[in-house]
Amino acid sequence: MTPASLTPAHASPAAEVPVRAEVRDLSFWYGKFQALHGVSMPVRDRKVTAIIGPSGCGKSTLLRCFNRIHDLYPGIRYQGAVELQPEGLNLVDRSVDPILVRLMVGMVFQKPNPFPKSIYENVAAGLYVRGVKARSELDGRVEHALRQAALWDEVKDRLTKSAYELSGGQQQRLCIARALAPEPKLLLLDEPTSALDPIATAKIEDLIGGLVSDVTVLIVTHNMAQAARVSQYTAFMHLGNLVEFGDTESLFTNPTQERTRDYVTGRFG
Amino acid sequence: MADPAALPSDGLVGRAKAQDLVFAVCGVVVLLLVMSLLATLVIDLMRDGLARIDPEFLTNFPSRFPGRAGILSAWVGTTLVMLVTGVLAIPLGVGAGLYLEEYARRGVLSDIIEINVSNLAGVPSIIYGLLALGFFVYLLNMGPTILVGGMVLALLILPVVIVATREAVRSVPGSLRESAYSLGCTRWQVVWRYVLPSARPGILTGAIVGLSRAIGETAPIITIGALTFIAFLPPSPVKGDFPWLNFDWLQSPFTVMPIQMFNWISRPQAGFHENAAATGLLLLAMTLVMNGTAIFIRYRLRRSLRT
Repeated sequence: MTPASLTPAHASPAAEVPVRAEVRDLSFWYGKFQALHGVSMPVRDRKVTAIIGPSGCGKSTLLRCFNRIHDLYPGIRYQGAVELQPEGLNLVDRSVDPILVRLMVGMVFQKPNPFPKSIYENVAAGLYVRGVKARSELDGRVEHALRQAALWDEVKDRLTKSAYELSGGQQQRLCIARALAPEPKLLLLDEPTSALDPIATAKIEDLIGGLVSDVTVLIVTHNMAQAARVSQYTAFMHLGNLVEFGDTESLFTNPTQERTRDYVTGRFG
Repeated sequence: MADPAALPSDGLVGRAKAQDLVFAVCGVVVLLLVMSLLATLVIDLMRDGLARIDPEFLTNFPSRFPGRAGILSAWVGTTLVMLVTGVLAIPLGVGAGLYLEEYARRGVLSDIIEINVSNLAGVPSIIYGLLALGFFVYLLNMGPTILVGGMVLALLILPVVIVATREAVRSVPGSLRESAYSLGCTRWQVVWRYVLPSARPGILTGAIVGLSRAIGETAPIITIGALTFIAFLPPSPVKGDFPWLNFDWLQSPFTVMPIQMFNWISRPQAGFHENAAATGLLLLAMTLVMNGTAIFIRYRLRRSLRT
């Protein structure tokens, strides 16, 4: 990994945007298998950063470091740092409780996975965990989150109905609302549209654009066109390495690395 | 090169269908055989015992005269022992199953425990009876009481409840856990709010299957020395003054329906054999009601999870 590729010359106008999280020399192991090799990249405040790359390149692994969801499984190991700024907290440090990390970082998974409860209770789930009990506050924050996820108008009359009555696309937007309700510092989206049809996908892409006024978004996608549509910054990963990071437009139109060029022009992946 | 327009040869389809037919016929024959055996058993019991079942049979104590004998002490004993068994075995078994599945680290120790729990489910029930006789009755000097009866049956069905709990918990999708953890839930919150409600139908089924096994058990209860003839009821669990609950019944001697049956069958008079058949029918009915309840509750819970 050459330092030059991390700060490409054409990314300079972006340098003014403050950094919300800084990945520094992050390596990750599943048992003996090293899935990430010294990844370093910034995550800009209130921007969408996309992570792209072929299957098995480590993009989801990288994303799942941000909320320590890896810690649920035995035999994993982190090295390096994912530092939240300006707090200066290293999210992957052993001394940092993963629950504290997850209270600050929201996540949406590949497949819509609402809880088998009502729509309201799904969105309020994260608020209950944080000890929010007052009905008025819950109501307000549930509505706000549902509006952010562009779902409010569709469900406002049936908040007490089961989340399983919703369509797949609505369920995924519900999961986005659930992650947004506690007002996370970072929102992680792990291929959020890979299980959805094109119309549902378009709705989610649209709403992601609106989220960045409130929250910093990291999205993993195998769909390059999606990365180009929704993100301001893109990281290209291959075989556990970060190959190139830059603002989305230049990464797609004028990549500095040969592997990036081959990938974005569809020569492999 | 095969002719692209050629159909697969007729013989292929014919042979496959013949195999289907042979298997289907075998299946039906075996099924009929088993069902008719079972039906014979039940019909035989009904012919002998159905006429004996009346309100007096349920409210009379055992007697020297077959016509006056009833199963009051037996069904009350069975009910109370089942109560103790359920109260002990379900929380312990569910707790152990949850711990093993959600909390315990995977390793040699947890493997050994897993194998042992599965094996315990296959230990003959009389072995549990001997354990209870030696440990509870003699060593702890507790006597052949309802409490000891409930405890030995609880031990007997504990592995069933543990295994059922583990299986139910394991079948909760990992995505549900991941999404709960990603909201910042602690392990307890994940288990209590999300895993347990989803696993409840399976756990409940396991618990009732266990209780249904316990209700028919005779060997361990006889081994601990439960009485075979008993003409009084345990003290009432409810009393008139504060605190209204009374636990003296736990210390009472008892009998259960299978023992009462066994006792009557071993007598020469035909009248007692009728009584035994009637008791058997009632025992069967109790088991059916329990299983029916389990199916009903499971159905309700599954529906409430979906809608």
